[in-house]
Amino acid sequence: MKKEWPIWEVFIRSKNGLEHRHVGSLHAADSKMALENARDVYTRRSEGISIWVVESKHITASNPEKSGELFEPAKDKVYRHPTFYNLPDELKHM
Amino acid sequence: MKDSTENLEIEFQHKIDQGYNIEPKDWMPEKYRKTHIRQISQHAHSEIVGMLPEGNWITRAPTLRRKVALLAKVQDEAGHGLYLYSATETLGISRDELIEQLHAGKAKYSSIFNYPTLTWADIGAIGWLVDGAAIINQVMLTRTSYGPYARAMVRICKEESFHQRQGYEIMLTLCNGTEVQKQMAQDALSRWWWPSLMMFGPTDAESTHTELSMKWKIKRKSNDELRQQFIDNTVPQAGILGITIPDKDLKWNEKTGHYDFGEIDWEEFWNVVKGNGPCNKQRLDARRSAYEKGAWVREAASQYAEKQRNKEFTEAN
Repeated sequence: MKKEWPIWEVFIRSKNGLEHRHVGSLHAADSKMALENARDVYTRRSEGISIWVVESKHITASNPEKSGELFEPAKDKVYRHPTFYNLPDELKHM
Repeated sequence: MKDSTENLEIEFQHKIDQGYNIEPKDWMPEKYRKTHIRQISQHAHSEIVGMLPEGNWITRAPTLRRKVALLAKVQDEAGHGLYLYSATETLGISRDELIEQLHAGKAKYSSIFNYPTLTWADIGAIGWLVDGAAIINQVMLTRTSYGPYARAMVRICKEESFHQRQGYEIMLTLCNGTEVQKQMAQDALSRWWWPSLMMFGPTDAESTHTELSMKWKIKRKSNDELRQQFIDNTVPQAGILGITIPDKDLKWNEKTGHYDFGEIDWEEFWNVVKGNGPCNKQRLDARRSAYEKGAWVREAASQYAEKQRNKEFTEAN
């Protein structure tokens, strides 16, 4: 039998107050092994206090070739930014 | 059709010139993909094969302090191999294919690991020189254009500086020891110096990959520049140890602000690359044997995982 273990993506929270961040990937037979391997591969120097692993096949990614259309709606909405509004200089605390 | 590929290529080059990173799902020329698969996997294989010459001394480390440090270093190399294999897999090649290429002798790894570790001082010399040379190359690669490779390099560089320091400390201890110990350090330097210089690859004039690598910002410095940087860094370090670099032409050049050095034996380099180094066969045999002997563990883990999944499924229903 020749079958690769599935690929898992690894996310690590470096300390409380910060979000989990993607750090890389690894192969493992199941989620328990993925967690253990992630500990050995990505937290050898106390880089984390919490690990998430998710099998890569469960991630749906946007297509970079379509990012024009996908993100275009945000481009012409400058009124979503505070600098769009004309206010006098003497106005404070705003 | 040809036109559209040409346009994509122009756009791609423009992105690189602007200093943007390329990410896995972005369009890239086939040659860029292939070059990266070759280079990153070669780098990954080097980390994994590089564990062998050092692993050779774990059981014979002279003190517990040295032993835990060497164990941690070898474990790091395994980790570095994994980061790099993962980066390679983002280019659409499987781990099994990569391992297969190594075991079939189709993929290369750094030739330095085809030299034997004959004495404990070799562990010092490897940390100092081989990791030192690797760091120079890897620091440059933290700014390489392919995102996953650059990110792996950042992590590796952070970890690698302990490797070089532990190696240098071994050398320093030997050089401050008995005459025999100092001789041992000298002998290690004499044997590892030239192969370390060869780690940077052929001269710029001979290097077939340099031009394209620079254009695509895979590399940002040429082999000769990196080699010179390594020599300039290392010569004063040998001075502190009080041992002699085996090159009679080595001398400081006021005008260039660099060390001049002697001719590298490129015949030896190519001979080792082609598989005729002292340990090429031994290294590949060790890798193959470890892989084959571990097959039942991989299969058992797969079976167990499958069984657990079925059990969960049954319980859920």
